[in-house]
Amino acid sequence: DLQSTNLVEVCMALTVVSQIFPREMIPAVLPLIEDKLQHSKEIIRRKAVLALYKFHLIAPNQVQHIHIKFRKALCDRDVGVMAASLHIYLRMIKENSSGYKDLTGSFVTILKQVVGGKLPVDFNYHSVPAPWLQIQLLRILGLLGKDDQRTSELMYDVLDESLRRAELNHNVTYAILFECVHTVYSIYPKSELLEKAAKCIGKFVLSPKINLKYLGLKALTYVIQQDPTLALQHQMTIIECLDHPDPIIKRETLELLYRITNAQNVTVIVQKMLEYLHQSKEEYVIVNLVGKIAELAEKYAPDNAWFIQTMNAVFSVGGDVMHPDIPNNFLRLLAEGFDDETEDQQLRLYAVQSYLTLLDMENVFYPQRFLQVMSWVLGEYSYLLDKETPAEVIAKLYKLLMNDSVSSETKTWLIAAVTKLTPQAHSSDTVERLIHEFTISLDTCMRQHAFELKHLHENVELMKSLLPVDRSCEDLAVDASLSFLDGFVAEGLSQGAAPYKPHHQRQEEKLSQEKVLNFEPYGLSFSSSGFTGRQSPAGISLGSDISGNSAETGLKETNSLKLEGIKKLWGKEGYLPKKESKTGDESGALPIPQESIMENVDQAITKKDQSQVLTQSKEEKEKQLLASSLFVGLGSESTVNLLGKADTVSHKFRRKSKVKEAKSGETTSTHNMTCSSFSSLSNVAYEDDYYLNTLHDRGDKELKTFSLNSELLDSESLTELPLVEKFSNCSLSTPSLFADNSMEIFHPPQSTAASVAKESSLASPFLEETTEYIHSNAMEICNNETISVSSYKIWKDDCLLMVWSVTNKSGLELKSANLEIFPVENFKVTEQPGCCLPVTEAESTRSFQYSVQIEKPFTEEILSGFISYHMMDTHSAQLEFSVNLSLLDFIRPLKISSEDFGKLWLSFANDVKQNVKMSESQAALPSALKTLQQKLRLHIIEIIGNEGLLACQLLPSIPCLLHCRVYADVLALWFRSSCSTLPDYLLYQCQKVMEGS
Amino acid sequence: MIKFFLMVNKQGQTRLSKYYEHVDINKRTLLETEVIKSCLSRSNEQCSFIEYKDFKLIYRQYAALFIVVGVNDTENEMAIYEFIHNFVEVLDEYFSRVVNNV
Repeated sequence: DLQSTNLVEVCMALTVVSQIFPREMIPAVLPLIEDKLQHSKEIIRRKAVLALYKFHLIAPNQVQHIHIKFRKALCDRDVGVMAASLHIYLRMIKENSSGYKDLTGSFVTILKQVVGGKLPVDFNYHSVPAPWLQIQLLRILGLLGKDDQRTSELMYDVLDESLRRAELNHNVTYAILFECVHTVYSIYPKSELLEKAAKCIGKFVLSPKINLKYLGLKALTYVIQQDPTLALQHQMTIIECLDHPDPIIKRETLELLYRITNAQNVTVIVQKMLEYLHQSKEEYVIVNLVGKIAELAEKYAPDNAWFIQTMNAVFSVGGDVMHPDIPNNFLRLLAEGFDDETEDQQLRLYAVQSYLTLLDMENVFYPQRFLQVMSWVLGEYSYLLDKETPAEVIAKLYKLLMNDSVSSETKTWLIAAVTKLTPQAHSSDTVERLIHEFTISLDTCMRQHAFELKHLHENVELMKSLLPVDRSCEDLAVDASLSFLDGFVAEGLSQGAAPYKPHHQRQEEKLSQEKVLNFEPYGLSFSSSGFTGRQSPAGISLGSDISGNSAETGLKETNSLKLEGIKKLWGKEGYLPKKESKTGDESGALPIPQESIMENVDQAITKKDQSQVLTQSKEEKEKQLLASSLFVGLGSESTVNLLGKADTVSHKFRRKSKVKEAKSGETTSTHNMTCSSFSSLSNVAYEDDYYLNTLHDRGDKELKTFSLNSELLDSESLTELPLVEKFSNCSLSTPSLFADNSMEIFHPPQSTAASVAKESSLASPFLEETTEYIHSNAMEICNNETISVSSYKIWKDDCLLMVWSVTNKSGLELKSANLEIFPVENFKVTEQPGCCLPVTEAESTRSFQYSVQIEKPFTEEILSGFISYHMMDTHSAQLEFSVNLSLLDFIRPLKISSEDFGKLWLSFANDVKQNVKMSESQAALPSALKTLQQKLRLHIIEIIGNEGLLACQLLPSIPCLLHCRVYADVLALWFRSSCSTLPDYLLYQCQKVMEGS
Repeated sequence: MIKFFLMVNKQGQTRLSKYYEHVDINKRTLLETEVIKSCLSRSNEQCSFIEYKDFKLIYRQYAALFIVVGVNDTENEMAIYEFIHNFVEVLDEYFSRVVNNV
């Protein structure tokens, strides 16, 4: 039908293609559909574009080569075709906005035409020109202009125009306005536009129409992340919405409040959220809300009592549906504590007390998770209590244990808690009763625990050493090699038992025996007897004592240990205000006035409000009170951020100093020496007095003396000789210093030819590497007046190594430079050691190395990050960059034999075939394959006549095989792989290579 | 992005359904009943957008007929709301008085 001359048939065929075609069948029709893009009828062109859009959605690799044709579609004379192509562009720009910046101009012109009413009248909807088209375009512009000033500047005019035009009183214009506001706030900000957008939001929020109100709240939620002061203008409306009868509006308002929460208003907001939580029944809502409350509580809790009570509420409502991370985090927080020991104790004590009162209440059912948390806390921290003895706590736990509604998992938690408390209780009837009761339990797990408790109870000394008080956070030394069993094993061996064989070895033996039909059964049973001997009863009891200990007391601890790397938000921002003010010496002076100003403004606003509404009812006043409590300190949110930042910075410094410590003192001193001599050299070269002074000002004694030296030398004319000598000494010592650690390469620019030195310093870090691996050329990815960053790819055998080298162009010294990579879902990026640079001298280059590993196949992905650096005397600054990575970076030759190729070939299910025309230069098979080998890193296994076998692998280990055959000037490619997307991708790359050369 | 499009009458019977993402047949009926329940329970004063699980429902009532569209989080609700109306207008154009006869 696609080839039919009847228009209707073609239309139908195209529709069907886009609706039902599976991935595998796309190559069959793709050329036909591509042809249809040039069809004379616009409806066919449009449908072809839509079909290709659908293909792009299900298999982006296969339509990669026709991207240029989409551009043609975008410039089509028919509006429908152009509109259809927007879908594809929206999608592609979402994935990779930097690749389409050049199209911004076209999008802007299109939008201008649409807004200006240049489209045919058919596209009008209630006299609004093509509203959905406008929305689509606005969305694209928003994505393109994000954080990009230059692109954003192109769109200011048209955005202004559409804001102005969309004044008709119709729903669809509101939709356009909403999208406009969204775009205005996503792109690089311009104050006039922001003002207009804010006005629009005001109109929305104040509208009596409920749908508009919803839209306004949604816009406000988005906008508030950029500009929290807007919330102040609308605070009364927000309060009204909070008490709105419609739960959807209420929920949207809570979402908004969640975004503006800070340390001052957290209590009120969390209270509101809890109220809503109590009313809602839908599971999805509860899970979502509980997570948010827990997060806020951890971040901003004003005091212990409030925190524990909020978490109690969260646990009792959220119960068993909530995310398991919440109780885990909570327990970790309790166990690890903060820097202040007394605070910790108070928090724990309060938790224990509140749980005891909760347990005292009769006929209340708590969710299992909550009971588990309670039992752990009581088990660990009951010793903090003065009044109640451990025996009383045990009695309470015992009562719970006998309760039928408690699940067996929770019961094991309870028993573990009892076990922990027993050594402190000296003697307790309850424990004995419990042991008596549960040693005959039908649940094997419970019985096991009861027996453990029984044996431990008989030997109190051992118990005390096994279950120390308040040690939950200390590392348990686990003897992983089980060396204490060595004696036992030796004994077993001497008695004729066979040595233990690991599982895979046994399996291999089993297999080989099956193959040769060996009827000798004893060889096998020997090995198994060796195995069972190891697991004999004595081993079990001994092992379970130890592992029982670690399994019980360490049940949560192991969890917490794993999670240690995660930042403790609570301790850093909300909970320890005293500490912050200490660390932020410089920043401390700044935020305070700001805060007070904001608070003044806040008060002024409320005062004004009050004077206006003196006559208003009491209810109104209450609302205002609520408002002021909700929005207090909202303006100071920026200062909170500031403090947070300062804190992280100081944290980084600490880490850095550790790195320094790790190096031997000798190394640092020589390092300093080299540094200073380099800098003094560059002084000589530039004769920059200012620089000398800054150097001079530094506290470092050694450096001081050196700079003094150089100053002296500078004044005389006989400078060069001694310095150069020194310099050469130092530079001789540097390679040896850094030989073991290739990351820390420090290349001095030579005073005579700085530029040449720079070049060489860029290239030389890779001299060592490149002897082994192929690498790409250096490419400058971003720069400003002080630094420039260039990147390289090194294709190592097991991963892709990304190297960013930072060159300090200014004459000033960089105090520190830090590279951070944004997480990407398809990769695992690992930092190589030595990525924090303590000091980067003027005119020098440093490099960062990251190894990149692929987690999920993709075609094209952007790895972006930023470098933050700190100049000697000025503030810190950031520079963003991004690097394109293609799947090709992860393809490595696979060296296998022809036989293996045959075996593998049959085992793979996904195959793709395609014929490619060869250019004349490579008409012979060997030369064609050679290009593939060079460009795509395929391994040529064998060439037989007019056929060739090639293989490669996608890291870490997904093989792909290629079979080629030549007929005249056509090369038939046949790919097979275990991965479904890989053949498609490689085929595309092969086509590109063959056509290109 | 639009996930599904439903036309339902006041008795809760589905008149037309179109899914743009694969959903199991038996899951569809379950989803439809839940969606209709949440739409029917709302009054005129409440807004036409409902958050349901991880996506949003936008509905509009024409006499005894409900049209419900399920979209994901990034969609512009008001645009969809008007899109429903546009759809109904188109229907009306082609098969006049369609709304009242269903």
